[in-house]
Amino acid sequence: MKQSQDLTLRRASRLSQFREYAIQAALIGCSLVAIFTTIGIVASLAFEAIRFFGKIPVQSFLFGLEWSPQTAIRDDQVGASGAFGVLPLLAGTLLISCIAMTVATPLGLLSAVYLAEFASPKSRNLVKPMLELLAGIPTVVYGFFAVLVVAPLIRGSGAELGLQISSESALAAGSVMGIMLVPYISSLSDDVINAVPQAIRDASYGMGATHTETVTKVVLPAATPGIIGSLLLAISRAIGETMIVVMAAGLAANLTANPFEAVTTMTVQIVTLLTGDQEFDSAKTLAAFAIALFLLVLTLGLNIFALRLVDKYKRKYA
Amino acid sequence: MPDYLLTTSPQMAKRHKRHKRFQWYGRIAIAISISFMLFMFTAIFFRGIGAFQKTMVAVDIQFTESQIDPSGVRDATSLKQANYKPILLQGLQQVIPGATERRDRNNLYKLLSNGAAFDLGARVANTPDLIGTSERVWVAASSEVDLYVKGKIDPREIPEELRRLKDQDIAWIETLRDAGQIKKKFNTAFFTNGDSRSPEMAGILSAAIGSFFSLLICFSIAFPLGILTAVYLEEYAKKSKLTDLIEVNINNLAAVPSIVFGLLGLAIFLNFFNLPRSTPLVGGMVLALMTLPTIIIASRSILRSVPQATRDAALGLGASKTQTTFHHVVPLAMPGMLTGTILGMARALGETAPLLMIGMVAFIVDVPKGVTDVATALPVQIFLWADSPEKGFVELTSAAIMVLLVFLILMNVFAVYLRKKLERRW
Repeated sequence: MKQSQDLTLRRASRLSQFREYAIQAALIGCSLVAIFTTIGIVASLAFEAIRFFGKIPVQSFLFGLEWSPQTAIRDDQVGASGAFGVLPLLAGTLLISCIAMTVATPLGLLSAVYLAEFASPKSRNLVKPMLELLAGIPTVVYGFFAVLVVAPLIRGSGAELGLQISSESALAAGSVMGIMLVPYISSLSDDVINAVPQAIRDASYGMGATHTETVTKVVLPAATPGIIGSLLLAISRAIGETMIVVMAAGLAANLTANPFEAVTTMTVQIVTLLTGDQEFDSAKTLAAFAIALFLLVLTLGLNIFALRLVDKYKRKYA
Repeated sequence: MPDYLLTTSPQMAKRHKRHKRFQWYGRIAIAISISFMLFMFTAIFFRGIGAFQKTMVAVDIQFTESQIDPSGVRDATSLKQANYKPILLQGLQQVIPGATERRDRNNLYKLLSNGAAFDLGARVANTPDLIGTSERVWVAASSEVDLYVKGKIDPREIPEELRRLKDQDIAWIETLRDAGQIKKKFNTAFFTNGDSRSPEMAGILSAAIGSFFSLLICFSIAFPLGILTAVYLEEYAKKSKLTDLIEVNINNLAAVPSIVFGLLGLAIFLNFFNLPRSTPLVGGMVLALMTLPTIIIASRSILRSVPQATRDAALGLGASKTQTTFHHVVPLAMPGMLTGTILGMARALGETAPLLMIGMVAFIVDVPKGVTDVATALPVQIFLWADSPEKGFVELTSAAIMVLLVFLILMNVFAVYLRKKLERRW
């Protein structure tokens, strides 16, 4: 009698142990999806990009000054191979990102400083969610607004001043994108400013500094690495942003630093190359993957660097 | 700052003034961002509100058998496909008898939408008993007429040869309006139709259903995967190379531009696994991979907030690790994890770029019936309409944005409600 009870117990415990292991294995399996996704992204981009570089040499992609992916129908036509230099796209992307950051940096940082240092808890609780709402609006809405309202507005006021402004100007796309970035900068910088220890502030007050002097001369310098991190994260988001530029920026590659002209970006080119009719083996479609790989390296690099900055900074005061 | 300090020293007063000014910079920055948002919302609202109404024309129809169903079989398809143009024209000519020339007749008929005859056919096919009777039917006016009646185009500003609506058309519209046969009515087509080439017949239903199916797939993949990953990392995993790697991956995936996920879907799901193109199935899978990091990060912070005492108590009573986790910790964390997931889904609902990559950017008229039907999504529909040159679509685009924003707000409110209702504070 006792023996059989023992046996069942032992069997039950072995069964439950097996169950524990099985569940743990299943959980590990779930977590591996994140790794597989990364591998999938890198592998699919790299695989197609390598095929692209089999047709177009790497150096003419990385350092080429001309982008015109329209391959000719006949082989003997002039420019039959198309030109696949990524630099004009990079320049356009950076121009629009610069404009966006010029709008977003002062707005985001000043909002963050105000919310972290001066606002009463009541107004903070009211304003912070409203700013975060800006981050929740789908980018296609920003894009539509840029095309419908902002671009004609900029074009019109340019005409008043005697300036020739393209209706797909980098300025329109960039400034709308800037507003989109404000909450990203403000909420991260807000965290960073809050992480500055009270003791440093108290020391500054003790020396007779006003609140503003404490903020500008003590708190902000102390928070600088973290703030730079948050700005870099915003830049990485600007570079990867797609819908606003697809709708509001131009299609033709244009190597210029003039914000009134139309430029195109890497994401715009990926979308135009891959929507519509596509034959899968042409250099044209494969080029999209090469650009995407370039984009991924750029944004991930920025991101890793930024996160490291923020981390290091947080650890300094932890 | 006490006042006597300010009055005693001019230097102090200056510093204090600088303090005040600096605070105002912050207020102004916030005001600019928020007023931009309000400006955007009002601009879209006033452009879009008109789309919820559309101009309808009342036509007295004689459903004569000889014209609709000369054979008398009452077969549904042939009833649908009968030629309703002469019947509609005869109805219009009762009010405007002058239009008898061939060209005039065509112009008169063009006041009505292309879809008017189609709608009439569907109506007759549904109730064949109508044949032989006469009835006043409200049919959709063409987009041009709609814009004119709503006051969005002013014929006096543009010379006649440049407009689609000629002076005679306008005179006819006014005659119809005086007869009480033109009215703005609630635009049901906007909520019950799929996409269409004519703005007055286009609706968001097929896009909305496409979005729904995509989110369904996204939820059923991302929610279990996300919370189980979070559970593993928080409750089971000891710190090791593997968990470090997983963590780095999750943080980096959160920063990958969404369009890259679209390329992943294109290269792997479509070209490698040959899953059906342009379907909510693939769209949902791509969105799931995209929202996964958000869900994992949110769930982990919730799990971390469950007090250690809960685990200790369960373990002390002899529960196994799995029992402790799934009977005690996870149920306590569930509301928070659901909230995080819903917020992630709201983000996925507004996502456009990855869906463009996997071909969910098609002209979809029919409502998709399942996850493997070709479909589009609400934000993609907005993008498509924003791109089309016809003026009537501006209104529709804005209205579709309003619908999308309402869905987003509902999801956010639901998430906040869930958190308030079920959240436990420790």
